[in-house]
Amino acid sequence: MKAIGRAFALVALAALGLGTSLLAVLGFGLGFGLGIIILVPMTIRLIRANARMQRRFALAWSGVEIADPYRPAPPPPVRHRDGFYHEGRQRYRSPRVPAWNQRFNWLIRDPATWRDYAFVLLDGLAVVVPVLLFLMNPWAALAGIALIAYFAPRLVRAHGRAAHALLAPTRKAALELQVNRLARTRAETMDHQTAELHRIERDLHDGAQARLVAVGMTIGAAEQLVETDPTAAKALLAKAREASATALADLRSLVRGIHPPVLAERGLGDAVRALALDSPLITHVTVELPERPDAPVESAAYFAISELLTNAARHGGATEAWIDISHAGRAMRVTVTDDGLGGADPAKGTGLAGLERRLAAFDGVLAISSPPGGPTIVTIELPQVLSPLPPVLPKHAHLIGWFMGLCWIPMIPQGFVAMAFKLSHMEQKSWFLALYLPEPFQWPVIGAMIATGLSMFTVALVLAIKQWRGDKCA
Amino acid sequence: MRVVMAEDLHLLREGMVALLTAHGFEVAAAVESGPELLQALLEERPDIAVVDVRLPPTFTDEGLQAALEARRRIPGLPVLVLSQHVEQLYARELLADGTGGVGYLLKDRVFNAEQFVDAVRRVAEGGTAMDPDVIAKLLASNARDEPLGRLTPREREVLELMAEGRSNAAIGQRLYLSESAVGKHTANIFGKLDLAPSDDDNRRVLAVLAYLQGTRRA
Repeated sequence: MKAIGRAFALVALAALGLGTSLLAVLGFGLGFGLGIIILVPMTIRLIRANARMQRRFALAWSGVEIADPYRPAPPPPVRHRDGFYHEGRQRYRSPRVPAWNQRFNWLIRDPATWRDYAFVLLDGLAVVVPVLLFLMNPWAALAGIALIAYFAPRLVRAHGRAAHALLAPTRKAALELQVNRLARTRAETMDHQTAELHRIERDLHDGAQARLVAVGMTIGAAEQLVETDPTAAKALLAKAREASATALADLRSLVRGIHPPVLAERGLGDAVRALALDSPLITHVTVELPERPDAPVESAAYFAISELLTNAARHGGATEAWIDISHAGRAMRVTVTDDGLGGADPAKGTGLAGLERRLAAFDGVLAISSPPGGPTIVTIELPQVLSPLPPVLPKHAHLIGWFMGLCWIPMIPQGFVAMAFKLSHMEQKSWFLALYLPEPFQWPVIGAMIATGLSMFTVALVLAIKQWRGDKCA
Repeated sequence: MRVVMAEDLHLLREGMVALLTAHGFEVAAAVESGPELLQALLEERPDIAVVDVRLPPTFTDEGLQAALEARRRIPGLPVLVLSQHVEQLYARELLADGTGGVGYLLKDRVFNAEQFVDAVRRVAEGGTAMDPDVIAKLLASNARDEPLGRLTPREREVLELMAEGRSNAAIGQRLYLSESAVGKHTANIFGKLDLAPSDDDNRRVLAVLAYLQGTRRA
């Protein structure tokens, strides 16, 4: 039952794709042909949105995970020393034109764009043409529906495979993407690690190590005095004990900086709660994680939160903070909000930029909203750090499929076409139910058919939109 | 007094057994892992358990969990938890049932044998022994609390020692004050913090800790 609904939904999706493709032909025609170049990126965005939807359905229904194959978006243009933005031999006063050009080239040159287009178009043609052929004849239409119903599971699987073939990144593209990213993050991770090791070495050298030397010397002195002056020896030993306690305290704070004990003992949630308790801010913590992420991820998230909380207290003048740790699919999301003065800018201080670089080792991204006057909201997203969950796509998807797939039958042939036949007093009755009925029933049945079709369509649309909104919120 | 002890470092375990035996305690069992600890506590029913937070097999908070579980099964079982680091979070969990008979100290405190043994006795008798570091953290996170800000420096000192779990007599000894002077300070503190006064040392301590944790019930 579910599979049939899904098959119909995919047919509807293919039809949507075909519509998009035809629109795209127009877009490209006007864009390249008539030089309304502004239409090209819009068209490509439309195609990509379509392809993205196909990928999601392939994941949810065929279990085929398809990564985004696109090359990374170009970085924003950088102002040159002469105050202009350079692009080739041209110089621009504002970054808008070079940025637009770069985006344009990025979209056009990416083979993934054209593979997307090919899939959306081919999928549309492959599905919609046979469906149209079936519609020529009522019996064929019934047979077609029966065929789709019968082969539904296979059709859904075939969709998954076809989507994977064209929508997945090619091996080359995938490797290219990965190599670029890895080279960059490796360099940053190495830098960070070296700096950390230096810091630990320095702390040990100036702290615990020095104090232990002092302890040893004090005990040595006490040893010499123990027979001649026991009182002085006792005093020295007490001093040695104190010094050893201080050395321990030093080591303790160092360990906290390397890997906080609560994090090791309890995981991220409780470690952040402990952090919140120790913070001078009134801090509210909500944690919703299905499992403990890997230790390096936990540690990165912990230190990021710790730094953000310190920033809020020190620079932001905040009194209250909210930490929210949640998950969306395989991604982990951390939000730190404070009621401080705002105006935090990664370009100004090195703190936030450094944080961003460290998170990059996990492909993490950091987004800041900090208008002057506050509040400051920092969101960190670490993708692919949790184990994959079964995709939670459309709850009512098969219902949507049924309605979308079948709504046209009452609406168009049984409704509008029958109406047209009746209005033009055609003799032919074909398979239009209403025309076989006695005269007084004909109009009501036609009306009811149209109403049924329209309400099926509306219900499916409402469900789909609800679902889509829900996904966005999740 | 009978003690069950859990500590995975051999040297430290032997040292503490020697220390406690020398001070007249009877060590009924000295174990080195979480499951063993729970079993020993349920079988021996000691007067006090001295427990390291981090124990094998997981080396997470195995010891703390075993101690909390034992306290659930044997209500009021006195537990003194030792650790290389102190966390407000763990202190809150230990104090959560509000019955006392809990201690939470840094391992360093074993250095000072007198004070350590005193803490063990206090907890065994149903009192409280909180590490000065825990109290410092509690006070720091209450930095914006207004009633606390109204305390005089001397009253604050008394409050800190009281929160660690000391009796009025012990506080007087520490600060070179007469017991009645301490009593006066205590009354002032309770008045400023709007807490119900009590003659019982132990109840006073728990009230102050509840206040600092912000879990005081009106």
